[in-house]
Amino acid sequence: MNLALLFASSNTLVHLSAVDLVIIVFYFALVLGIGFYLKRFAKTGEDFFLAGREMTAWVAGLAFVSANLGSLELLGWAGNAYQYGILAAHWYWVGAIPAMVFLGLVMMPFYYISKTHSVPGYLKLRYGSEASALSAITFAFMTILMSGVNMYAMAVVMEVVLGWNLHFSIIVSSLTVGVYVAAGGLFSAIFNEVLQFFLIWFGALLIPIIGLIEAGGWNGMVARIHQNFPGQDFTHLWGPMGSAANNPMGVQWVAIVFGLGSVISMGYWTTDFLVVQRVLSAHNLRAAKLAPIIGSFFKMAVPLIVILPGLLGRAVLPFHLVPANHAQPGQFKYDDVLPLMLARYCGPGLLGLGITALIAGFMAGMAGNVSAFATVWTYDIYRPYLRKDASDQHYVSMGRWCTIIGLLVSIGTAYLVTRSKSMMDYVQALFSFFIAPLFGTVLLGMLWKRVTRMAGFWGLLAGVLTSVTTFTMMKLDARWIGVFCLSPLAQPLAQAMWQALWACLMCVVVTVLVTMVTKPRPDEELVGLVYSLTEVPHEEHATIFHTPWFWGAVALVLFVILQIIFW
Amino acid sequence: MSEKHHIIPVWFFVGILLLVYGALIFATGIYEVANPPTNRVVLYDLRANIWWGAVLLVLGAFFSLRFSPARERARMAGKA
Repeated sequence: MNLALLFASSNTLVHLSAVDLVIIVFYFALVLGIGFYLKRFAKTGEDFFLAGREMTAWVAGLAFVSANLGSLELLGWAGNAYQYGILAAHWYWVGAIPAMVFLGLVMMPFYYISKTHSVPGYLKLRYGSEASALSAITFAFMTILMSGVNMYAMAVVMEVVLGWNLHFSIIVSSLTVGVYVAAGGLFSAIFNEVLQFFLIWFGALLIPIIGLIEAGGWNGMVARIHQNFPGQDFTHLWGPMGSAANNPMGVQWVAIVFGLGSVISMGYWTTDFLVVQRVLSAHNLRAAKLAPIIGSFFKMAVPLIVILPGLLGRAVLPFHLVPANHAQPGQFKYDDVLPLMLARYCGPGLLGLGITALIAGFMAGMAGNVSAFATVWTYDIYRPYLRKDASDQHYVSMGRWCTIIGLLVSIGTAYLVTRSKSMMDYVQALFSFFIAPLFGTVLLGMLWKRVTRMAGFWGLLAGVLTSVTTFTMMKLDARWIGVFCLSPLAQPLAQAMWQALWACLMCVVVTVLVTMVTKPRPDEELVGLVYSLTEVPHEEHATIFHTPWFWGAVALVLFVILQIIFW
Repeated sequence: MSEKHHIIPVWFFVGILLLVYGALIFATGIYEVANPPTNRVVLYDLRANIWWGAVLLVLGAFFSLRFSPARERARMAGKA
């Protein structure tokens, strides 16, 4: 079938049939039903904010990886794969797997044993209120903005793909998320993330399967890409990394290994409370250690449904996609590649499944941010600074109200982004300002007992300021890109890696320097919070196949094999 | 079900979702065999909605039965 015919009849990318609409409506009915069902179980603070700490390793692991498998991610990274080729897979492999295994094996025991409700909560125990308040306030602010960005992105995608009214999408999605998160708290968020995980896999997996059949397998796809785009390498991971000039991203291996693999991914996967909260819901320490490792196996497979469709787009689409800021009427942009491939292969029913997967991904993105916001606001801002000695019931009510208020603020953010599109990029950049230095602060706090209260605060602040400064300088004057990124060819993704690297380095340097001139806390105050002063319980009666260390090692071996295959 | 709260496992809801979607997609595929659409997707002849719908249907039936509330209640009663 000629794709042009499909799109010529209307401004939208796809047309839904009655069965597609039934599939979408059933999803909304099911998530609302689950929310009302779970309300009766979310009675105490631990129930509402940490899902009763009774999730199995599998549920916590799937929720952990799903919290990062939203539709912004799916559409964005499929678009990045079209633009940069298989290099985009670095964000799923070196940019995730080592960090997830590290979280499970090294950091999770401290989060779990300290019985903290959140990452800022751990900082309060380890450093005191200064570093915790800085982290909590910035995190709460960012999650609300990100929830609004998700809401706006969903509304735009639904408008472009289906022709739905922008206001309709915002109102329906926020009402649904508001009802099910306010009712069941983290229980609801996690249940829906697990549903979303299956929806996304079953909704998107057909694209690479049928795409590879059409392209003639992997070799056929590579041959077609070379034919369509001669002289460019889109199918090797490390080969073109020797020089920034050799790859479409303008990045060297140093930035990938140290910027992405060592700072950005470690920062995101080990200190972003949105994902860590899912693991904290595990029912015991072993499950908490296993959950991120289980997640790492699924994360390793995600390029199959995200990166491969982007590559297949280069091979089989009869037209070229363009950057968003260059798209003329009638042209498609990079981020359209996934909906385009969906429309290419999926008829009635399957199309509804794919669109429902996207809707679920956006709503899970909102729900994840709003539930994390409710926890951090209630436990790390409201309780310590505004109302210390209220009842547990009072804090649960506050959590429910926070969910509603958070969503109202998100709606405001969504409309703000509607007025200024570039704000969306800035909001996403803002999030990265805090993650890289936070990793330095948390890791030093866990591994080095000498680090002092004020060193934690000043190190974190110096890291955040470094991040903001390098970002602003590169935006205002492109000559700074050559200075901070060691190459003027660095594209935005490469710039983000270098920015994170400098921010984390500055955080570590300032933390060490301030530690040297300030007085450490007594050892007895740090038991359960620092590596050398904490005895992690041994796993007795567990065979090697039941230990997190064994599965962590398997994940790392598989990760290395993937690097070699796609070198 | 969870040990503390006796919540229906999330896998049951996953099963219901896959079962309903599998049935709808499979039925649509069968309907298209009898009434072929005029606008066809690429590789329409693979009949993806029939076999993909069947996969969802089978998996959905497995999850729904394996984690059904009645079966879980029996399991919890056995433990007690």
